[in-house]
Amino acid sequence: MAEIRVQHLRKAFGDFVAVQDSNFVVEDGEFFVMLGPSGCGKTTTLRMIAGLELPTGGQILLGGEDVTMLRARERDIAFVFQLFALYPHMNVRKNIGFPLLAQGMPSAEIRTRVEETAKLLRIDHLLNKSVSGLAGGDRQRVALGRAIVRRPKCFLMDEPLGTLDTEFRDLMVHELRELHNRIHATTVYVTHDQMEAMSMADKIAVMNHGVIEQFGTPREIYDRPATMFVADFIGSPPMNFLHFGGGLSKGAKEIVVQGAKVAVPEVREDIAPADMALGIRPEHIRFDDASKLRGAIYGTEYLGTTQIVAVETADGIIKARVPAEIRLNTGDHVGLTLNSARLSLFDKVSGRAVRTAIHDTASERRVQHG
Amino acid sequence: MSLTTAHSVVAPSANSKRIAGTIIVAYALISIVPLLWIFATSFKTPPDSIAYPPKIVFQPSIEGYCNLFTTRTRQAPEYINSLGPATGICDETARERNMVIAGPSNFLPRFVNSLIIAFGSTFCAVFLGTLSAYGFSRFKVPLADDLLFFILSTRFMPPIAVAIPIYLMYRELGLSDTALGMILLYTAVNVSLAVWLLKGFIDEIPREYEEAAMIDGYTRLQAFWRTVLPQATTGIAATAIFCLIFAWNEYAFASLLTSGTAQTAPPFIPTIIGEGGQDWPAVAAGTTIFLVPILVFTILLRKQLLRGITFGAVRK
Repeated sequence: MAEIRVQHLRKAFGDFVAVQDSNFVVEDGEFFVMLGPSGCGKTTTLRMIAGLELPTGGQILLGGEDVTMLRARERDIAFVFQLFALYPHMNVRKNIGFPLLAQGMPSAEIRTRVEETAKLLRIDHLLNKSVSGLAGGDRQRVALGRAIVRRPKCFLMDEPLGTLDTEFRDLMVHELRELHNRIHATTVYVTHDQMEAMSMADKIAVMNHGVIEQFGTPREIYDRPATMFVADFIGSPPMNFLHFGGGLSKGAKEIVVQGAKVAVPEVREDIAPADMALGIRPEHIRFDDASKLRGAIYGTEYLGTTQIVAVETADGIIKARVPAEIRLNTGDHVGLTLNSARLSLFDKVSGRAVRTAIHDTASERRVQHG
Repeated sequence: MSLTTAHSVVAPSANSKRIAGTIIVAYALISIVPLLWIFATSFKTPPDSIAYPPKIVFQPSIEGYCNLFTTRTRQAPEYINSLGPATGICDETARERNMVIAGPSNFLPRFVNSLIIAFGSTFCAVFLGTLSAYGFSRFKVPLADDLLFFILSTRFMPPIAVAIPIYLMYRELGLSDTALGMILLYTAVNVSLAVWLLKGFIDEIPREYEEAAMIDGYTRLQAFWRTVLPQATTGIAATAIFCLIFAWNEYAFASLLTSGTAQTAPPFIPTIIGEGGQDWPAVAAGTTIFLVPILVFTILLRKQLLRGITFGAVRK
């Protein structure tokens, strides 16, 4: 197992820049997820780590060794493809043993290793079956088996659960994380599904348009989004944005949004007048008739334990997640109170969070950015 | 009620089935009758083969096959009677016609030439075609589209249009009437078909298979050999049949460029007619034997052939 260090990585296809100046470190034994919408460059980054694409610039270090320009087979990594890439002309045993055969391992040893791996994944009863008859989850396990049988430096996975149905996917998310807890393999996992990312990752990098928008733990990413894109991409429903103009002055304890005063933690620096946005997650909004921030209920989504209420305000729709018991009718006028400890402040022009103004800097991780 | 209506739309009615069946049977008869006639003629005696009205029922004889494989000379009955007992059934048939077998005919060596040239050129065309198709399918080849168009354009005109330049070229190069020359020629003609057909098949194989193999420690060539080839067998077999059928049946170039040692069966078979009267049973026997290898090859690979013919019509 090894640490993966990516420095100033860049990839261009002609005029199109797929990855711009990416920097991140995946520590030894960490489960790292690259998350982003399709076309954001996450798969390209993964393929460069694997050696399936050569970068236009930058460096990739695997366990301290510069592998940037090495061939895929010289890197000692394993890759799990979205469509699994199981060889239809081989049975399960041969598929799992295929990487070992490349190393010229004696067949008796291959046999033992394949059987050990199959036991670990609980597919030892399928070893002599053809892969074409397997169910989705089992195909996934065989693909994982082919990856772990070799004990490589790291695992790279490209949306490996993308083709499974929801039920299987939840099961495999747990199985994958459990497997990782047992073998502690450095893993880079690419997905566009935030639930997969949040439930499995030690660290997440959120990518958009070839740029890593934020790198951090799932908690950091959710609670302290570095950009409006991250705030919007993570969370369902996403973070609400309340727009306001004007600057902030040091020592202020409230911001005027839509004519209503919103309490904020004490502002620690002056900010020149600009287009700004206050970000608040739906679950940090309460109904309070005394509040000056008001709107009419536009619709509700009942989810059992909670409900999502869409409130139409002067600044557009704001969604709040409130307990399911509250009875609400469409058209009711309600006041909204925001939990001031959970607010985020964004510069609307750059889209970046203005974190130093209202947040404690000590708890924050440096945002790696281009 | 609505169910029956829906059913009648989807499934063909008994009437249309009957019509379709009739058409198929009629077409099959039209295609098969000439073959059956050839097959029957090959077992007739020369007088039966030219009898009028044609004989449907006749006494089978292997005289056609004897004549195909031998050359005979006419002798006086006294000479024939002075010989010892006939050495075999062919000898006996010949003597009845006042002839003696002088030696083997050229049919067997010509047939062997056909086998060598057809299978040799098919192997070369499929081998080159697979490699180029893989290259076009997987790598960024500069001017790939133009190259592919150029490869296809070699099939635009009838091959015979280039017959004279090729004849002159082959004479200069000493390739006239050699098996090598014919293999090169048929390979050149077939390789464009092979590249286009196989590119389609290889495009359908996800590149993740090779990528997985290359990450797992194989070189590109090993990955190609172990993951792409096994999955391309259907396409390779279909392509091989098409190439073989062309090379096996080719007549124009063969009659132009081969006359002796490298002559193939198609130009040889008609020459039988000239030897000692119109020997239709011998011609029919040659044709029947000529049909066998391609028939066997096609039957062995018929599943792949069907897939090759319907290629592109149905997506997986």
